Amino acid sequence: MNFKRKDILGLEDLSPEEITLILDTAEPMKEIMTRDIKKVPTLRGRSVITLFYEPSTRTRTSFELAAKYLGADTGSISVATSSVKKGESLRDTARTVEAMAADTIIIRHSSAGAPHLLARWVSARVINAGDGAHAHPTQALLDMYTIREKKGGFQGLKVAILGDISHSRVARSNIWGLTKMGAQVRVVGPKTLMPPEIEKLGVEVYYNWEEGLQDVDVINVLRIQLERQKKGLFPSIREYTNLYGLDRNKLQVAKPDVLVLHPGPVNRGIEISPEVQDGPHAVINEQVTNGVAVRMALLYLLMSRGEKDEIPA
Amino acid sequence: MKYLLKDGMVVDPIAKAVTKLDVLVEEGKITAVEHQVEAPDAEVLDLEGCYIFPGFVDMHCHLREPGEELKETILTGTMAAAKGGFTAVACMGNTNPPADNSAVINLIRDKAKEASFPVYPIGCATKGRNGEESSEIGDLVKAGAVALSDDGAPIMNSEVLRRVMEYAQMFNLPVISHCEDIDLSGTGVMNEGLSSTLLGLEGIPAAAEEVHVARDLILAEMTGAHLHIAHVSTAGSVELIRNAKKRGVHVTAEVTPHHLCLTDEAVKQFDSNVKVNPPLRTRSDIEALYEGLKDGTIDAIATDHAPHRSDEKEMEFNLAPFGISGLETAIPLVWEHLVETGILSPVEFAQKMAFNPGQILGLPDRVIKAGYGANLTVIDPRLKLPVKVEEFISLGKNSPFDGLVLCGWPVMTISKGEIKFSRHQ
Amino acid sequence: MSQREKVQIMDADGIRRALTRISHEILEKNAGTKDLVLIGIRRRGVPLARRIAEKIKEIEGTSVPMGILDITLYRDDLSQLEYHPLVRKTEVPFSISDQKVVLVDDVLFTGRTVRAAMDALVDLGRPKSIQLAVLIDRGHRELPIRADYIGKNVPTSRREIIDVSLREIDDEDKVIIFEKES
Repeated sequence: MNFKRKDILGLEDLSPEEITLILDTAEPMKEIMTRDIKKVPTLRGRSVITLFYEPSTRTRTSFELAAKYLGADTGSISVATSSVKKGESLRDTARTVEAMAADTIIIRHSSAGAPHLLARWVSARVINAGDGAHAHPTQALLDMYTIREKKGGFQGLKVAILGDISHSRVARSNIWGLTKMGAQVRVVGPKTLMPPEIEKLGVEVYYNWEEGLQDVDVINVLRIQLERQKKGLFPSIREYTNLYGLDRNKLQVAKPDVLVLHPGPVNRGIEISPEVQDGPHAVINEQVTNGVAVRMALLYLLMSRGEKDEIPA
Repeated sequence: MKYLLKDGMVVDPIAKAVTKLDVLVEEGKITAVEHQVEAPDAEVLDLEGCYIFPGFVDMHCHLREPGEELKETILTGTMAAAKGGFTAVACMGNTNPPADNSAVINLIRDKAKEASFPVYPIGCATKGRNGEESSEIGDLVKAGAVALSDDGAPIMNSEVLRRVMEYAQMFNLPVISHCEDIDLSGTGVMNEGLSSTLLGLEGIPAAAEEVHVARDLILAEMTGAHLHIAHVSTAGSVELIRNAKKRGVHVTAEVTPHHLCLTDEAVKQFDSNVKVNPPLRTRSDIEALYEGLKDGTIDAIATDHAPHRSDEKEMEFNLAPFGISGLETAIPLVWEHLVETGILSPVEFAQKMAFNPGQILGLPDRVIKAGYGANLTVIDPRLKLPVKVEEFISLGKNSPFDGLVLCGWPVMTISKGEIKFSRHQ
Repeated sequence: MSQREKVQIMDADGIRRALTRISHEILEKNAGTKDLVLIGIRRRGVPLARRIAEKIKEIEGTSVPMGILDITLYRDDLSQLEYHPLVRKTEVPFSISDQKVVLVDDVLFTGRTVRAAMDALVDLGRPKSIQLAVLIDRGHRELPIRADYIGKNVPTSRREIIDVSLREIDDEDKVIIFEKES
């Protein structure tokens, strides 16, 4: 198997073979994280810049550690989204980062498609660390790694994604990745937070949890953005928690060995109850560990090889 | 100057005929349209194989002056219009300051005179385009406004729109409505549907347009005013307008070239050059727009030419401004997609591009007959060329059609008897 | 470019005898199994190390810890490759600090793999010493590296390819020299 991509912008374009290679490569990376000396020289002399237009310390740190464990040097640029309009444009920032001779740019942006524009403008490799409601490929890959590690595979697995599907890049990337690998994906949430024609992506749509969570092997709980309530997309936090918050009662209808994922950070007690979050089904902390391993795998696959015959995104 | 246009196919939108005729132009007027015109002292232009249309009118464009002269000026915009095959344009009043008073209308007309090109200003319907208080419509008319519109700032208050319509009716002025319920469209940036779901971009539902079309039709029916619906984009709107016309409502409508040949799938690359308002819709909407053009529900094709600076468009999709620079691609786009494919005949094309917009705005001389002013658009259906954005005269290079090979380019534009543009050797 | 089989230089018995001798030499040199660990380099160093460990147990009656080293991430030629070598797990579930580590591989050629393996090892801990056991030493070193235990010295030309087959991976034990035909 040969991995020849220049950028990782989403899972939509990746083949099942490529996804499997990424997940397979993440396994030895996870071993490196258990060592006293968590560093290999593979990417020595290579540079990785994180360019974050949204504050996300955890994702940024995960990428930076992944790069450092592989021996790369890292730098970071933070831009407050509020100043995007009056501050330096993405186009100009792209020129700046290009001039710094970065080998790879990790970008997080509140605008869907920003990584795609960046990839067109720079010769450096670009990894999408989340763009608007569009895609979050590394989150989906780490979710999939966690699921595969616990469940052994994806074929026929029933996976429910619960919450605000409309505004979720995590949901979209998970849908692409999981359906490609043969899982049966369903989305569960209120109609006001369900994007139109989502069923055309090959998922089942449920508005109530009793049916939506019935017999599922995995529940991926999405973070609810509290400001959505102000836009009238749900009446109150209380009602959201009543109807869609994952608690012990709702967990009853799933398979007994159901796995509970959450991309973090958790609104404790809102989209997931404390007893479920801290209970035996939840693997939220393992997801974080796996996130570093998956990102190491991607950096290795993108950066370690020569640049012949690359597939542009 | 005296020109003899030789051997072209003259398109008559009234008689619905295409005839090989010679056209003699003298002192700004058409003086003869016959099978063989002898005029030894005239300059002969051989138009064998070309269509001669009555002068095309772009009834919806943004020339940006005053206020945003880095995007476009009246001079560059009208030169672009001439190159694009238009002999006259009507420009929207969303300038800075807005064209809600006679001073701005006068400025536009003065600049147009300097550019020596017919520009018909559209005045704002309300002061400051704020949708609250009617502008001084009588004064605007006196200064030369040919229609009223707040364009991109739809009048949400139905009572205000009712009064504007009633008042405009006294002056026989059409009210041009950009139909968008701004609560429903919200912060949307593209059509709401499968594509917006895939791309994670906020959607503008078809209903945002249709709710407003329905309301405006009801108010037009109530007031008897002439309502013109700008840039119709959805199948639902077409159906609403069709029914209203059947009931005898005084409504006309236009569609843009981009809504006729691109769907929302074009957004896939996040290229902000396909970001327009109303947004690009779906294949079934396009089919309905075709149908609307054919059965007369949609009267006109207008560019909604919306030039922007390249640095404004080279932006994240949701942050970039709406609009396509359309004057220089409109004719070959429509030719390639609708005339070449047989959806519109050359006669129907003449109606949509010249005669009907002229009728809607009350512009003279949209027929090719002796005694009329010489406004002529000549198109060579055999001419096949790629769109080259870097060769646009318009300051707005924001076109998603760069590199697209199209046929049916304008080869000569004659406005008020003057050759404003010619590819002729 | 095709290749032509030239000659078989070892069969199953030959490999068995060589490994038996190497096992004796390891024990002799290290005076028994105290602080001794074996680490096989992926891929074919792994079954070889395992066989040596078994042999040592036969001889001495004590088990020697056996680990697996994947050196992909330490290779110095990654950026020149057009393909991706698959990274596999390193499995050294014991401390190598203050241990006498015997690295095991099938063929010693340029020495670059051993260099990478030594770098990988010191990232895992600080061994007392590192020794090297190989089934075949074919010469053509590019680094100042030599083996402590050698199954067979095989003088080769650079055009030749040494192909080691082991039953755990390839279903049979043999060593063959191929010659490249251009």
